[in-house]
Amino acid sequence: MLKDITLGQYFPGDTPVHRLDPRTKIICVVLYIVALFCAKWFVSYGVIIAVLTLCVCLSRVPLRALSRGLRPVYIIVAFTALMNLFFTAGEPVSDLPVLRYISQTGVYTALFMVLRIVLLITGTFLLTYTTSPIALTDALDQLLAPLKKLRVPVHELTLMMSLALRFIPTLIEETDKIMSAQKARGADFESGNLIRRAKALIPILVPLFVSAFRRADELATAMECRCYHGGEGRTALYVLRYRAADYAVLASFVLLAAGQIVLGRLGW
Amino acid sequence: MEAILRVENLTYTYSAGTPFEHSAVEGINLTVLPGEFLGIIGHTGSGKSTLMQQLNGLLKPTAGRIYLDGRDIWSEPKEIRKVRFRVGLVFQYPEYQLFEETVYKDIAFGPTNMGLSDGEIDRRVRDAAAFVGLSEEQLFSSPFELSGGQKRRAAIAGVIAMEPEVLILDEPTAGLDPRGRDRILEQIRDYHREKGTTVILVSHSMEEIARNVDRIAVLHRGHTYMDGTPAQVFARAEELMSIGLDVPQVTKVALALREKGVDVDPSVCTVEALRQELLTLKGGGGAC
Repeated sequence: MLKDITLGQYFPGDTPVHRLDPRTKIICVVLYIVALFCAKWFVSYGVIIAVLTLCVCLSRVPLRALSRGLRPVYIIVAFTALMNLFFTAGEPVSDLPVLRYISQTGVYTALFMVLRIVLLITGTFLLTYTTSPIALTDALDQLLAPLKKLRVPVHELTLMMSLALRFIPTLIEETDKIMSAQKARGADFESGNLIRRAKALIPILVPLFVSAFRRADELATAMECRCYHGGEGRTALYVLRYRAADYAVLASFVLLAAGQIVLGRLGW
Repeated sequence: MEAILRVENLTYTYSAGTPFEHSAVEGINLTVLPGEFLGIIGHTGSGKSTLMQQLNGLLKPTAGRIYLDGRDIWSEPKEIRKVRFRVGLVFQYPEYQLFEETVYKDIAFGPTNMGLSDGEIDRRVRDAAAFVGLSEEQLFSSPFELSGGQKRRAAIAGVIAMEPEVLILDEPTAGLDPRGRDRILEQIRDYHREKGTTVILVSHSMEEIARNVDRIAVLHRGHTYMDGTPAQVFARAEELMSIGLDVPQVTKVALALREKGVDVDPSVCTVEALRQELLTLKGGGGAC
């Protein structure tokens, strides 16, 4: 049923990667992406792969979970590979029928593009696999805090994010219940053409929206009853603190990004 | 008499094959006779709701069978919708399923899904509305303008309008004020009396059950713990209390009287019955 859908992909655990401050992890992922996009040749890609392998091993996230995360992008990866393979100008690999259209640069570009996409997705997934959604929003709240000077409602945005995350399971349960109730009245969601099926959703969507609004209203009242008045001067129950390990990891990722820029310049 | 619903060794396991696996219903046997008013009690998590959802084919049993009029309801899985028309299920808080622009259209949802003619739909909607006491004016207003109790009754009418042979109500009075509660129960009772439909009432209120049903099935941890008339079941007050259930207030009074040496039947479960009992005792020169 609907309940079996996994939301967020957090794998609870107690590894060095899990224990890092969520802010550290977000910054590291940004630096990692910078490093990844500077990579040009085997040496630099090798460094990135080594770093990622180390992180994955430390986090003990099962490889199967990581490859499952990649599944939706397989098509894009395949498409990118083919495009680069056949549409990059250069010296043909050989004179044989099909290979005539493939250039040597094309082979390398295709390989590196595929590597880039896979590494990018695996790296960012590692973040969501090892950090709970709530920790992520807390971290974003603090990292984006400087934007408040520019009148960006950072706290409001992150609050909305965490509320949305909080209510997803509730809404799924509610949908399940409403679906059963309408099925008990003979609603049929499984047969008919597209239009009929879309129409069949009305008896679910209307009550769902009504109850979502009702819940939102109740939540707002409940928050106001507890004197919530926005982010101004608000303190956190669990204060995020950088520890020695965080500084060490941050420093290594800064080094990684800097090193990759240099390697990129050298064309390695 | 041939049973209208027969449940055999019914078992339902949630999340089978995962670490979260647990059985909500384990080997339940139950027979429901035509025209019977059956009450089902059991505390939260005893498997009541899971059992109810299997009776009309919303959940497919992990093991065991359900016979409706002697036929296994899952013998033709494609025809399961027909079972749902014959076994009407009113969920807990059914008012949250209202969705149409008018109450009329909402009550007509079930009959329309059955593919009935317009005339028949109209008759059923009006009949059902009359049973739950909704006025003509209310029929054509938006369901979202009604009060809580009216919404609940409109939702119940939506199931009654399918004219099911078995009507199951899962805690129809939860969260209503005493008057709304009495009103709904009275309407269900009238409906049962006039139509002769089989009614299954799931409830937490022992008073409600004692006053209305012919027979009680007590569920505990996914099993049928007791099965009998209200008098038989409530006579075992201690056992009921040991599994976290209660007996009607009146039964408690009778039990207390007995402790004081008054020779009343400990299984009385309505005020009227206790009154009779006491009057008889008095008339016969009893301990009163």
